[in-house]
Amino acid sequence: MPSHDVLIIGAGLAGQRAAIAAAEGGATVAIMSKVHPVRSHSTAAAGGINAALAPEDSWESHAFDTVKGSDYLGDQDAIEIMCREAPDEVLWLEHAGVTFHRNPEGRLGTRAFGGASAARTYYVADITGQALLHVLYEQLMKHHETIDRYEEWFTTSLLLNENGHCVGALAREIRTGALEVFNAKSVILASGGAGQCYKPTTNALICTADGIAQAYRVGAPLMDMEMVQYHPTTLVENGFLITEGARGEGALLFNREGERFMEKTAPNKMELASRDVVSRAEQVEINEGRAFEDGGIALDVTVVPRKRVLEALREIVNIGRDFAGVDITRDPIHIRPGQHYIMGGVKTDTNGETSVRGLYAAGEVACISVHGGNRLGANSLLDTLIFGRRSGTHAAGRARHVAMPETPHSRVRDEQRWIDSIIAREHGGRRVSAIKDELGENMNTYCAVFRDADGLGTMRDIVERLKQEAETAWIDDRGTVFNQDVLGAIELGYMLDCAEAIVAGAIERKESRGAHSRTDFPERNDEEWLKHIDISRNGGDAPKITHSPVTITRWEPQERTY
Amino acid sequence: MAEFTLRLRRYLPESGEAAYWQDYTVELEPHRSVLEGILQVRAEQDGTVGIRCSCRAAICGSCGVRINDRAALACHTHLSAAAAGAKDGVIKVEPMGNMPVIKDLITDFEAVHWKKVRRVTPWLLPDGPPPEREYIVAHEAMVDVTQPMACIQCGACVSDCLSMEVDPEFIGPAALAKAYRFVGDPRDGQHFERLQDLAEDPHGIYDCTHCFNCIEACPKGVAPMSQIMRLRRLATADFQIDDRNNGKRHEQAFTELIEKYGTLFEAELLPRSYGGKFHPRALPELLRSLPAILKAVMRGKVTAMKALHHPKLPDQKRVREIFETVEGREQRYDLNLYISGYDDDADDDVPADAKAGDAKAEASA
Ligand SMILES: Cc1cc2nc3c(=O)[nH]c(=O)nc-3n(C[C@H](O)[C@H](O)[C@H](O)COP(=O)(O)OP(=O)(O)OC[C@H]3O[C@@H](n4cnc5c(N)ncnc54)[C@H](O)[C@@H]3O)c2cc1C
Ligand code: SF4
Ligand code: SF4
Ligand code: FES
Repeated sequence: MPSHDVLIIGAGLAGQRAAIAAAEGGATVAIMSKVHPVRSHSTAAAGGINAALAPEDSWESHAFDTVKGSDYLGDQDAIEIMCREAPDEVLWLEHAGVTFHRNPEGRLGTRAFGGASAARTYYVADITGQALLHVLYEQLMKHHETIDRYEEWFTTSLLLNENGHCVGALAREIRTGALEVFNAKSVILASGGAGQCYKPTTNALICTADGIAQAYRVGAPLMDMEMVQYHPTTLVENGFLITEGARGEGALLFNREGERFMEKTAPNKMELASRDVVSRAEQVEINEGRAFEDGGIALDVTVVPRKRVLEALREIVNIGRDFAGVDITRDPIHIRPGQHYIMGGVKTDTNGETSVRGLYAAGEVACISVHGGNRLGANSLLDTLIFGRRSGTHAAGRARHVAMPETPHSRVRDEQRWIDSIIAREHGGRRVSAIKDELGENMNTYCAVFRDADGLGTMRDIVERLKQEAETAWIDDRGTVFNQDVLGAIELGYMLDCAEAIVAGAIERKESRGAHSRTDFPERNDEEWLKHIDISRNGGDAPKITHSPVTITRWEPQERTY
Repeated sequence: MAEFTLRLRRYLPESGEAAYWQDYTVELEPHRSVLEGILQVRAEQDGTVGIRCSCRAAICGSCGVRINDRAALACHTHLSAAAAGAKDGVIKVEPMGNMPVIKDLITDFEAVHWKKVRRVTPWLLPDGPPPEREYIVAHEAMVDVTQPMACIQCGACVSDCLSMEVDPEFIGPAALAKAYRFVGDPRDGQHFERLQDLAEDPHGIYDCTHCFNCIEACPKGVAPMSQIMRLRRLATADFQIDDRNNGKRHEQAFTELIEKYGTLFEAELLPRSYGGKFHPRALPELLRSLPAILKAVMRGKVTAMKALHHPKLPDQKRVREIFETVEGREQRYDLNLYISGYDDDADDDVPADAKAGDAKAEASA
């Protein structure tokens, strides 16, 4: 039975950063991931990471941009911490070996990003997330004496003791199918986002809300779950991301009638209005029947000089060619708003602690909340690193005065029985994959860019029905070695729990703020709704909803215009 | 929509049966990927098919397989292209080579690939404590190491490496490309030690036979072989590392002979590689090669005449001119070029439209 001071679940940027911080804090550490760490979804981040590092920039300016971007739902104490610590974090990464872009003087160079009042995004070509993730993994290998890596291990449940403290987790070794108890004084959840609750999504296949559901199941409240970011330009075909850089370079949006419809909603900023605004405008065109037959909007990159496209938009030239069969330098490509990021997650304080003692959360799985109603580009990588590190340090400190717990072996037996029962299910009900598709497609219909009470009510009923169907959903694989089928069935359960919370939050918030746009409550309503919605498990009943205040330090809410 | 037949190599370790082929038919648009085909099989026909995958977009490095006998990412190969490249239109998909198979298309990366990566001390080893701010390093140097940095550790190059097939101990293309990522990084303080280590290892930088397979297999343009050649050049020309494997001498002899004759004087290459015919290292090595030389003599590849005399190219002068031009350059033109497209417009000034505070290029975040 492995025992460690700190067990980290998830090895994306948040988890790896937490592991290094905990090890440097003197703790024995285990880091576990259901895929090899460098396969984590953090690798997909292309754009960069924000920090007010240049002498002429200030953390206050970065913080204000973030507060405003969040539509004032972000907690300002947490935002202040994130923005204040950002410069040192970027320097730490640089010292660890990240090959950041340099300016002609050999210093760190920046790129401009949306919603920001200064160019403060640091980057590595078009592979920032990948470079960061691989360099952190280098550091993980360097720390091999204090950090045990459990690669391709799948956490199935968190373990609580009789006092309700988190004391470890149960995990299945994917390669052998063996189930194991991991004892730990503290557990840090860093298991990423929930994009697969939607179909399509820009997120990888492994983003299945595991951590959100696992925390929810042991009683940790979730927060801001209704805030789901839709990115304005994702491929109609498969939901792949087309960077906003395309519009930054001058690409235009047209409906089927050849109309530049952004004129109607954002006559000044046009295509360059903020993310939620553009996504909403596109959705109006689609809903009112002015989309192309495939349901898409035309993103016309041909107006950008071909040479410039090949230079500056290489990545999307490849995506267009490889994944949509379109040469974007010659033909418009069809896009639509697509699920991209989940602002909500497991509620934590600024040290990453959840309300379950011994349980921390960091990264996309967590909600601190620094993104509030709308995340700014390049702030997510920063969030994962800052709060990953803070969680790791804090958990290592906690380990010094907590005894090593031990979990009775009976827990393994029960869990094993549950997994075996899934594998043994009769081929009677529905396939797991069919339920997953139905969930994703409906979330993308009823709980997307625009929402209303009717649609959300329908969605709530669908989730409830799918949860029942999932009880008997069957799989093909009866083996133990790399049984990916049974993991898919377990993930489906997580996604359904997460969807339940998203829908409950969306039903509750009767206003429009950030990414949450209610056609039946089209205005922002600070008087009643400048607060967080917390959701916790309520036995088998409907989720329990409470409210908590938004922390305001120095920026009073104003009207949000760009 | 079109119909495609996927012929998957199946191996279920618990069944006790040997690996076998199984055909599946899928219906998808031709520009969909082989991975999407396999995922459709898994969702609708047979959930037991094993393949690692996550991003679907050639960025996570999970889905390396062999498609029609060549290593590739399943998510980065169109069904139509795969079908066109197949002999009978049937798309053959099997696990990558040079690694043990765990199940179906899933290979044991840990046992081979990651072990080799760890072999090259894959973390930065700077001299002394870091500066207060960032290290000041040339833009070109960062661009140069960004090319090996672009590696997603998919293992495609490892799968198809000919040297590794012969010598499983060979450190291999991906791990050596990773090594260049540190040797080329000005912030690292152990360039000499790293190079010496890789030059002295009999399975190190001189174990590559320039077969180009890794360059062809790599979906990310890392060109591992070129990184290996850079390591060699640094080891020989810059650090003058006289390795036990005679890699340096071999390389030197090679260049000298070409400079002199224009083509390779093979009979002279071997002794020179060991320091000249009279070098103490040359004799045992020549004796060891005797069977091969005899065989070559018997096949007429080596004759007494050829061994003693090697004709020069008629326009040998031009070859020498190339040497002179290259060597006369003040700077060696051997840096990697990672074309990010952003580099040219990235200056430190805040662009006017960013100052205006709006969503210019919220880029891909
Ligand atoms: C296409 C794309 C582009 C983006 N670009 C940017 C950008 O430019 N800038 C920016 O700031 N943000 C960007 N983002 C957002 C950002 O990439 C993510 O929010 C962030 O990387 C999440 O990191 P994480 O460490 O929280 O989780 P992840 O990187 O998703 O890692 C989750 C980890 O948890 C593990 N895990 C999950 N479940 C289990 C389980 N049950 N058992 C064991 N392990 C488990 C996984 O294996 C993985 O290791 C982008 C997102 C996308 C989709
Ligand atoms: S060129 Fe060298 S490293 Fe590359 S595949 Fe061939 S033998 Fe292997
Ligand atoms: S060098 Fe290329 S082929 Fe080899 S592992 Fe890296 S990305 Fe894959
Ligand atoms: S699925 Fe990520 S590289 Fe193919």
